[in-house]
Amino acid sequence: MFQTTSLTRRKQKYEFIAKLIFLLMTLLMVLPLLLIVGYLVYQAWPILSLDFLLTNPKHGMRAGGIWSPLLGTIYLVVISLVIATPIGVLAAVFLNEYARDNWVTRVINLAVVNLAGVPSIVHALFGLGAFVLFARLGKSILAASLTLAIMTLPVIIASTKEALAAVPLAFREACWNVGATRWQTIRHVVLPNSISGILTGVILQVSRAAGETAPIMFTGVVFFKAIQEGNLFAYGLFDQCMALSMHLFTISTQVPDVPAALPYGTAVVLLGSVLVVNALAIIFRVYLRARRKW
Amino acid sequence: MSASMIEIANLRVRYRHHEVLKGITLDVQRNEILGIIGPAQSGKTTLLKTINRTIDNVPGAVVTGIVKVDGTDVRQVKDVFALRRKVGMVAPLPVGLPLSIFDNVAFAPRMAGMHDRRELAEHVERCLRQATLWDEVQDRLDSLGTRLSGGQQQRLTIARALSHNPEILCLDEFSIAIDPVTTMRIEDVLKDLRSQMTIILVTNLVQQARRLADRTAFLFNGELVEVDRTEVIFSDRPASRQTYEYVNGIFG
Repeated sequence: MFQTTSLTRRKQKYEFIAKLIFLLMTLLMVLPLLLIVGYLVYQAWPILSLDFLLTNPKHGMRAGGIWSPLLGTIYLVVISLVIATPIGVLAAVFLNEYARDNWVTRVINLAVVNLAGVPSIVHALFGLGAFVLFARLGKSILAASLTLAIMTLPVIIASTKEALAAVPLAFREACWNVGATRWQTIRHVVLPNSISGILTGVILQVSRAAGETAPIMFTGVVFFKAIQEGNLFAYGLFDQCMALSMHLFTISTQVPDVPAALPYGTAVVLLGSVLVVNALAIIFRVYLRARRKW
Repeated sequence: MSASMIEIANLRVRYRHHEVLKGITLDVQRNEILGIIGPAQSGKTTLLKTINRTIDNVPGAVVTGIVKVDGTDVRQVKDVFALRRKVGMVAPLPVGLPLSIFDNVAFAPRMAGMHDRRELAEHVERCLRQATLWDEVQDRLDSLGTRLSGGQQQRLTIARALSHNPEILCLDEFSIAIDPVTTMRIEDVLKDLRSQMTIILVTNLVQQARRLADRTAFLFNGELVEVDRTEVIFSDRPASRQTYEYVNGIFG
């Protein structure tokens, strides 16, 4: 009854090969990441210190730290997400929970999907035209943040919609059946059960907003700007600022004779801050999942 | 007060080009159990959705004809949420909301504005007792409704449907996912509830309709084949040959 036949042997062989291939591909994906991070940290090691974070670039950016671009990036990311998150999440709630399935909604959904795929340089031009010139914000942190917000908005809408759609329809029907309004249903059942997915989508946009160069260099980021060191409020909304991504580009390609550790250090900080935010997101998600109720 | 609790006249529902209900005319008397039987796709669930107007939330559904609840045309109702509270609805698959057992039952009263703790606690206990679930869950009202067994969740769903003091209770194939013992317990509950409310029992178990219903309607392919006293439907000579064949398992 249970002897091994040639068929079972063949099946076992395929099973083994399949597993091996999947494992190899996984390693193939993880390995380069580890190599890159390892190499960056190795190269940047001599320069990494708290001082590096807290001093402005000096001597034509050939020495000093990255305080000014670091703070600039933080400003840009935080302000853009503060603008994009409420709009994006609320729009997604409307599209997923309220909107009827008619051609207007379909056009909007199509627009959202397509906007998510627009190259960032196009957003940059839009930001330059709309915020810097038309709205007369000038090249400023506000204009750059708005541009980043426009860029991240469609992705936030798409990911939020997905998180909302993952809540079973039966829950909504059960609420409607007992006389709850749509908003009561959303507030008490849909949102609490999709919040972890929504937050994940939003936080993934942190890395995107922090990493983009094109949209901000057209709209508010400058080559060099020294600010007061150690003051978290050294930038104003209408100031121009530096940003890590742009700074990295500048010191690697535009300035001669930069010590090698400087661009590596900048890259490590950029990567590190994104990783920290993602790690926080994961921890928060695990916490919310533990509270999730079905 | 009108004679019938629910009056349905020439009710038609279509989803896009597919007509699901093709002109139903049917009355439901006060304090009766009306059984509705019929094979899948005959429009039973849709019929229930028109009564509490959750059909409004189904994309593409077009409703014509008249559905009156307690003498009022449901489409003239201004406060549709009050209408829905008047109608308790139990879905085929038990749906424990992802809330605690207590909150599951307290959900509807809270949404309707009841916030007094003592009042809520008494109300929840009464509903859970009515659904014969109280003895099993009274020690763990804080645990999740979704962690209960299927049969318990279905009784929780019934407790929730009773929590907004409905005058009508609609059950849509409530026994589909639960064991026979629990089914019998719920059937006993329904017999007790008959004195307090009007019950519409959609079921695919014809014997269930035979056991419980005062009158039984046979729905087939979106049409009401016949409605009569349950004894007549299950006798040798119902008005329609189709009915006879369906209840005797010859087709369907």
